[in-house]
Amino acid sequence: MEPSVIIARRIAQELRDGMLVNLGIGIPTQVANYVPAGIDVFFQSENGLIGTGSVPEEGMHHRLLTDAGGKAVTALPGACTFDSATSFGLIRGGHLDMTVLGGLEVDAAGRLANWTIPGKMVPGMGGAMDLVSGAKRVVIAMQHTAKGKSKIVKECRLPLTSVRPADLVVTELAVIAFPGGRATLLEVAPGVAVADVLAATEAPLTVSSELHTMMLTAEGSS
Amino acid sequence: MKTLSLEQAAALVPDGASVMIGGFMGVGTPERLIDELVRRGTGGLTVIANDTAMAGVGIGKLISAGLVRRAIVSHIGLNPETQKQMIAGKTDVDLVPQGTLIERIRAGGYGLGGILTATGVGTVVEEGKPTLTLDGKKFLVERALRADFALVNAFLADYRGNLTYALTARNFNPVIATAADTVIVDAENIVPTGVIPPDHVMTPAPLVDYLVAH
Repeated sequence: MEPSVIIARRIAQELRDGMLVNLGIGIPTQVANYVPAGIDVFFQSENGLIGTGSVPEEGMHHRLLTDAGGKAVTALPGACTFDSATSFGLIRGGHLDMTVLGGLEVDAAGRLANWTIPGKMVPGMGGAMDLVSGAKRVVIAMQHTAKGKSKIVKECRLPLTSVRPADLVVTELAVIAFPGGRATLLEVAPGVAVADVLAATEAPLTVSSELHTMMLTAEGSS
Repeated sequence: MKTLSLEQAAALVPDGASVMIGGFMGVGTPERLIDELVRRGTGGLTVIANDTAMAGVGIGKLISAGLVRRAIVSHIGLNPETQKQMIAGKTDVDLVPQGTLIERIRAGGYGLGGILTATGVGTVVEEGKPTLTLDGKKFLVERALRADFALVNAFLADYRGNLTYALTARNFNPVIATAADTVIVDAENIVPTGVIPPDHVMTPAPLVDYLVAH
């Protein structure tokens, strides 16, 4: 299974009925493909939409209906649109139940860096800082390593997105949380040994006494 | 509210003006006004907007034409030309968190000196800014933003200047319409007064100075 599919299917397990959820660009977007059966969630696009649906069928797009990446989307029954001040009021004001974002680095306390590599990549933070500072629950979706190096580090070398720590990091190898400010291994992916995760992780990891294997939402259940 | 031709409307904007422009990755941007500014070569602009779109789209056209001296935006990731000009020192780019940016504009339009937000605390965004701790929580003091002009893209404008927006093209538009000395609207449709019911008006007519004729 593709790393991104493992990550998306595991994060889909975090969805609860009635949640308002923001999905970032990249792997987070794929979570929408694996919403568990019987669960109805509201997806927000921060450009001003709640009720974001799938990619439109050929010829059914509207040029004024896009997601936060500027891509054509559909709107589901009950959807609503609003301006950017309302959108970020929802995000900062404690109304957003969960945000799922990509990451470049997460430190041992769960703090995220995901918006710039100084001198190399300066895209701007967009809404990421508000999302991490304001959402009720912050979930990071990223591959465990990049070019063989751990992305879960002792201390972030890249500029932080927020000092507010993430609640959960999900990679293709593991699920990690940060109770008491300490990186704690909660789950390993099917077929992955704890030793593999420890070897692939720069940050010191505490292994949870309740460690278990990741549950993955069935494919195509939405 | 006065109606102007496209040429007259764009001619109101002088070189060196500060201009708020609606749109999110080009969706909800007054494209005709941008094209006319490019044709006139109105330069040295300070652009305040969500992003600089893509090359060849919306604000991206102003960037590619070298007309932007300073951009106050949240995102330039889809426009490599903005990044190139920033690195070359041709365009100053102030990157502002999106929620902070829109709220600074809202403050500018609603008579507030600024806002307090936890977004950016402990990051590079905090550098050089006053902070306040209220009830044990730390906030950045972010100043209000205003501009000489707001270039607004609406879906419907009635003959009086009442506006509505469509789908995700609303984004920054109704907020910038409150925060500039002169508000110029390019509407996709100009409709008789009354077509927009009072409860559906999103920008009240008195905020609009000029409507661009079709």
